[in-house]
Amino acid sequence: MSDYEPVIGLEIHAQLRTRTKLFCGCPAEFGADPNTLICPVCLGLPGALPVLNRRAVEFAVRLGVATECAIALRSEFARKNYFYPDCPKNYQITQYEVPICSGGRVPLGGEGGATVRIKRIHLEEDAGKLLHPSDDETSSFVDMNRAGIPLVEIVTEPDIRTAAHAAAVAQSIRSILRYLDICDGNMEEGSLRCDVNVSVRERGTRDLGVKTEIKNLNSFKAVESAIAFEIKRQETLKRDDKKVEHATLLWNAASQTCQLMRSKETAHDYRYFPEPDLQVLEVSAETVERIKQSLPELPSAREKRFESELGIPEYDARLLTSSTDIADYFELVTRECGDAKAASNWVMSEVLRELNERRIEISRLRVTPEHLGRLILMVKNGAINTPTAKDVFRTMAETGTDPQRIIADTGLGQIGEDAELDSLIQKVLDDNPKVCADYLAGKEKLFKWLLGQTMKASGGRANPKRLADRLEILLEKRRRGG
Amino acid sequence: MGLNELGLCQLVDMLKAGDVSPFEVASDLFAAVEAFEPNIRAYIEFYAEDLLEQTKQLSSNGGYRTKRFAGLPIAVKDNIVVKGKRTTCGSRMLADWASPYDATVVERLRSDGAVIAGKTNLDEFGMGSSTENSAFGPTRNPWNTKRVPGGSSGGSAAAVAAGTALAALGSDTGGSIRQPAGFCGVVGMKPSYGRVSRYGLVAFASSLDQIGPLTKNVKDCALVLSSICGWDARDSTSLQNGVTDFEHAVADPPRTFTVGVPRDLLTMGMDAVVEANFNATVELLEANGAEVAEVTLPHSRYAVASYYTVANAEASSNLARFDGVKYGHRTGATSDLYTLVTRSRDEGFGDEVKRRILLGTYVLSAGYYDAYYLQAEKVRSLITTDFDTAFDRCDVIMMPTSPTPAFRFGERTDEPLHMYLSDVFTIPASLAGLPGISIPSGTTGDGLPLGVQLIGPPLGETIVLQSAAALEQMIGFDGKAVV
Repeated sequence: MSDYEPVIGLEIHAQLRTRTKLFCGCPAEFGADPNTLICPVCLGLPGALPVLNRRAVEFAVRLGVATECAIALRSEFARKNYFYPDCPKNYQITQYEVPICSGGRVPLGGEGGATVRIKRIHLEEDAGKLLHPSDDETSSFVDMNRAGIPLVEIVTEPDIRTAAHAAAVAQSIRSILRYLDICDGNMEEGSLRCDVNVSVRERGTRDLGVKTEIKNLNSFKAVESAIAFEIKRQETLKRDDKKVEHATLLWNAASQTCQLMRSKETAHDYRYFPEPDLQVLEVSAETVERIKQSLPELPSAREKRFESELGIPEYDARLLTSSTDIADYFELVTRECGDAKAASNWVMSEVLRELNERRIEISRLRVTPEHLGRLILMVKNGAINTPTAKDVFRTMAETGTDPQRIIADTGLGQIGEDAELDSLIQKVLDDNPKVCADYLAGKEKLFKWLLGQTMKASGGRANPKRLADRLEILLEKRRRGG
Repeated sequence: MGLNELGLCQLVDMLKAGDVSPFEVASDLFAAVEAFEPNIRAYIEFYAEDLLEQTKQLSSNGGYRTKRFAGLPIAVKDNIVVKGKRTTCGSRMLADWASPYDATVVERLRSDGAVIAGKTNLDEFGMGSSTENSAFGPTRNPWNTKRVPGGSSGGSAAAVAAGTALAALGSDTGGSIRQPAGFCGVVGMKPSYGRVSRYGLVAFASSLDQIGPLTKNVKDCALVLSSICGWDARDSTSLQNGVTDFEHAVADPPRTFTVGVPRDLLTMGMDAVVEANFNATVELLEANGAEVAEVTLPHSRYAVASYYTVANAEASSNLARFDGVKYGHRTGATSDLYTLVTRSRDEGFGDEVKRRILLGTYVLSAGYYDAYYLQAEKVRSLITTDFDTAFDRCDVIMMPTSPTPAFRFGERTDEPLHMYLSDVFTIPASLAGLPGISIPSGTTGDGLPLGVQLIGPPLGETIVLQSAAALEQMIGFDGKAVV
């Protein structure tokens, strides 16, 4: 064990899936042509004023309640002042001294490690996006479509001790956001952005070391790798009796290293002060209660239910509940086939493989949960064997067709009819008169060879048990001179 | 005498009766602008063509007669946006910026049948008390062109005084409507904070800015306020308050009312001529049956210091958006972002604006916030509490509008603090968000107008306008600018 202990905290920015922006009526959408979803307010034109989107407030309260935060019935917006071309007003409207949510915890199921406390969750507006065309070294462009999209910033306490745990906590926060249906959690498109604070201290001490902040982490893998890299860097510095400098770092996924973005000397003084264009943000106790009552089942609770009621192993239950959509799918498959374990195996292997290969969300998978349930039933009652079922599944994913129809159309069903099996067997016996005679003369272990030959002749489709029964019967017939 | 010399209400009556047409009024106004504007320079832009064209069209059918303003032209200060028109804020920074949208007050004036006459001059971004801080040159006081018209709404006040506007909108942050109204011998009102939507008013200090009317008399003021006031979904600080009709209240003023006089604040220093005029006004009130009560506003002596801390803090943030990147003045060829922003701001802003941005940035900085900004906000709430207490004893509070009459050009430009002190009587009501009106109360020996200010309780526009109308009648001010 190392002499040093890492101390890690997360700052997660999540775009809220409201229809409109935080302070104006422009659509909060990703992917439109640059600067088409803008108005005087989100452009910060002279004279324009912000008006708060109450839906965003509701979303933030939903998240706060789900993470056991205290909800401030009166909170306030503040201006964070800094100059940057993607910031229309050169200040960001955010919350500073009194955030809407504070003092919660990240619900982690099972072996997630120590409880991670949430320090605060606050509402703020997103900035625009700078574009630096590769074929033009002298210009930059700014797209203000993103400016004003509502964000929640979730800040954890520095309760995390390993890179892997940090990634798990981030994942857990994403799945809560998705369950609450308030953020789509797409790290590549930037609707979920994760910054981490890392410091190390001598094991056994309580004081926090100098921390660095790492930005530009657009996958959970990056979160984990960047933290691991930074822990190692800081440990090496300490071991060499060098100081860790307070700094903001950027993760470079290509080189798998952290690069300096700005040091303490250039740190901003944001000159926060209460936003005079907005009233104190009031949320009634009744609203908080109503939101509490309307919360969906959270991932951690669902995971426990899958374990206790359906007998699913812990690891599988966590994987299945990582997104609402997958968990819903699994539950529908189970309802159709009545076998949770089989459903779990299928979803975790074949379904997830299809999603990965096709790079699609489960909502776009062409295999409906009802069809998969029926396919599992057909394996269970012996209509097809497992390898065949997997082939049928691929066809279902390709075409969206009902499994029964695929089997009927392609003749992939098992051969269980005696007459059909008998004619296969007769042919094998006729073609191999010597083996047949030897068997009848007492060489009983030749039965297996004959069985293999007939299975081969059926193209693997014969019901194995039925085939063995018929072979024995027909051999007996020959013994009696039939 | 041209139609432009008549009051707004009087003209509305004539228009509704069909005695005159909007085009005739506009024509007389245009003639006055041609005659006096070169000397006064109240406008940054006068929409002569639009005005004549639009009033001609209005005059061709009688539809205008049902509207509150019946096709009358009204001017607006050039920090209020009008769609498709330049809004310069008196700054080089926005010399060529045209707004893509209308301010709420502009929409309301138009839907009440007014025609926007043009944009009046102002101290850059509303920062000043003399209009000398306009990038487009100062406006002159129509009573004496060697004197300033006050500010920052100096253009609006001068235009109304000169008869080159029938009425105008101004904006008041620490006295920017009331002080120039006093200097120019017209009526100017700052409504309660939240009474009029700020949507489309280019912000100087968001927690203090209010749009209000400058008019020839109190009745006209009530007419304009009735049009522009009221809740607006686009301004989160606008208030829901049922009262939107002040015209009828003014027509029927109360017979008696109690006027509070804060003698403790009046020791802050003022010219003898102002003090004499004020005392005479108090006696006039008593002689006419009004009650006069002594009140105290003990914390208002710190109002100027508190105001310049809070207002500049907000200004430093509000004016950050002018960076040469998206709109407004952009410096010539630069090699990097830092130079682009710093040079554009250096070239675009005038000295007073820079001074206030620096002060505001300083008081919000880490380590100074508590000592300055927070302290100033505490003083502000004490000032507000003082007013609450004072209004237990009176209906309105009266003070001189300014400690001096209009001063000469250049007299105070080198001494910012001296300039700031000209707002000593207007700032307390601004910090407390209270309605205040300045009406003419006489003239000095050398013919400069003087004003008194009446301040009301929160959302007390009705009593303020009623008592102002009553006092206006007692004073019977009939002075006129001799342009």
